[in-house]
Amino acid sequence: MILLYAITVGAVMAAGVYMMLDRNVFRIMLGLALVATGVNLIIFLAGRLGPVDPAIISTGTYALMEGAANPLPQALVLTAIVIGFSLTALACVLAYEATRTLGTLDADAMTAARDEGDPFGSEPAETR
Amino acid sequence: MTDLLVILPLLVPLTAAALCGLFWLRPSAQRVVTVIGMAALLACAVALVLAVRENGIMATQPGAWAAPFGISIVADPLSVLLVLAASILAMAVAVFSFRDVGMNELRGGFFPLFNGLVLGVNGSFLTGDVFNMYVWFEVMLVCAVGLLVVRRGGVNLDGAVKYAALNLFGTILFLMGVAFLYGAAGTLNIADLAVILPELGASTGITVALAFFLLALAVKAGLFPLFFWLPISYHTPPAAISAIFAGLLTKVGIYATIRIVTLIFGAQAADLTTVLTIVAALTMLVGALCAAAQSDIRRMLVFLIMSGMGYLLMGIAIGTTEAVSASIFYLFHDIVVKGAMFLLAGAVFFAGGTYDLRQAGGLVRSHPVLAGVFIFAGLSLAGLPLFSGFWAKVLIIGAAMDGAAYWLAAAALVAGFLNLYCVAKIWMEAFWKAAPEGVDIAARPKLPLVVMAPVTGLVLVSTAIGLWPQPLIETADAAGEILMNPPLYSEGVIQAVIEGTEDVTDPVVEEGEQ
Repeated sequence: MILLYAITVGAVMAAGVYMMLDRNVFRIMLGLALVATGVNLIIFLAGRLGPVDPAIISTGTYALMEGAANPLPQALVLTAIVIGFSLTALACVLAYEATRTLGTLDADAMTAARDEGDPFGSEPAETR
Repeated sequence: MTDLLVILPLLVPLTAAALCGLFWLRPSAQRVVTVIGMAALLACAVALVLAVRENGIMATQPGAWAAPFGISIVADPLSVLLVLAASILAMAVAVFSFRDVGMNELRGGFFPLFNGLVLGVNGSFLTGDVFNMYVWFEVMLVCAVGLLVVRRGGVNLDGAVKYAALNLFGTILFLMGVAFLYGAAGTLNIADLAVILPELGASTGITVALAFFLLALAVKAGLFPLFFWLPISYHTPPAAISAIFAGLLTKVGIYATIRIVTLIFGAQAADLTTVLTIVAALTMLVGALCAAAQSDIRRMLVFLIMSGMGYLLMGIAIGTTEAVSASIFYLFHDIVVKGAMFLLAGAVFFAGGTYDLRQAGGLVRSHPVLAGVFIFAGLSLAGLPLFSGFWAKVLIIGAAMDGAAYWLAAAALVAGFLNLYCVAKIWMEAFWKAAPEGVDIAARPKLPLVVMAPVTGLVLVSTAIGLWPQPLIETADAAGEILMNPPLYSEGVIQAVIEGTEDVTDPVVEEGEQ
């Protein structure tokens, strides 16, 4: 089971890293989202596979039952999913806005910031 | 009451951000709220430093979940020093933004994002939980990306896309480290980890976790091979925003490195000395050399930030208590002075109308006071006597000599010389050189008080530390002592948490008795 899980995580990660190495900004963003998903799977694994009973404390007791799943990684994954989702959304809006303003999807062709104040540029830097 | 004091540096900027959101359509009201908020934050930070100097480590458990399960907010000497430095800079930037940040940027949400950024920074400094640190990193990242694009030019958007992509990847790596650490140690509370990890000894999981943390924080801090996002994004926003980025964001990365490498992974970190030493030396030298080649003030300063990162990492690389304390002193100095330099670059732009050194000149005639303040800040950055930078460099190079890291000390001296060259270059070109032909010096605008007061204030802080370094050195030593002795930290946190919860009855137990 662990082996299967590990191969799955590896596949998701590999796909994410492959996408991130692309020059298209949207593929980069999708790649980041995939890598974030892979990390979420790893956090889940950190709580160990095995115990399957829900992590619920029944009435009258103060601790989890024997064989209950570890609730902390579940809480961590939930937080990480929400944060990862919102940041991916933000990054996509940013990439969209940049693509519209700069007129290109190619990350290598986006050189506005690199050229600003470049000492080896042909023209002196523009001011604002 | 002490509980409240520990958490106030988070509540104050959070409240200010919320109020700024409420006054969304009235930017002038947001200004007032932010300045009052930052003044209150500064007062809280001073009170917190004094309280920690008196009582030792203070901690609280928001949400009343007991310590290793819940999240601790911990104020140890390192945290409170950095909260103080951040508050000083935030105050200065809040005032400076009166002139620098125009209506369009204010409508774009400058003040709510600014307060959010301060919140994220303070949260990272004060948290006692590794996962919570990741959450604060994301708070900072969201606000930082927002601030990069409050001015909606192509340049800003381009810088922001690259900044967001690379830093997002950095935080994902950090999260990966968190996952491996939890898998290996079963806890994420720093006080708990500081005790458990030495008992566990070396294991693959712990080594992998450390590797991911270091990689992530090297991205965040802009260390040598992973710095490339820094020079293509930090110079694009208005000067006030660049200043807060320069003073705080990369510094949070190095703060987390100090915290994680020494306190959590103290035993494993000894094997890393060679790697960290090489990275530190390359960061400071490459940063300074790249800076020397620039002709735009902001780009030059961006590379000087990177050079400063090398010095900060140097203390961690040497690894003695003395060296870590020196790094902490340097960190305080660097936050104040790098922030001041970026604000000064903004002031030079207002006065001379350009950031390009080739087109600037003659400012010493038209703005003698600014020239004076700038040379003071520059000398402090370069590490000349009378200013905080001198003590920072003396302490860190002294620690390198004591730790027998001679060639690292030599690299630091060479990089220090290059820093001095860069500062001198800016001053000679922008201030001393005659104004370019066709520029009427008399027609240059006068700088308002809201520009001059913050930069002068920051330079005065640096001078005050230069003249009376003893209090800061003492606190930095105390902070270094705690970092190098993890049990001291754990006991301090546990003690503080127990004291804080003594008079609170446990609701669960009460219910059970009924």
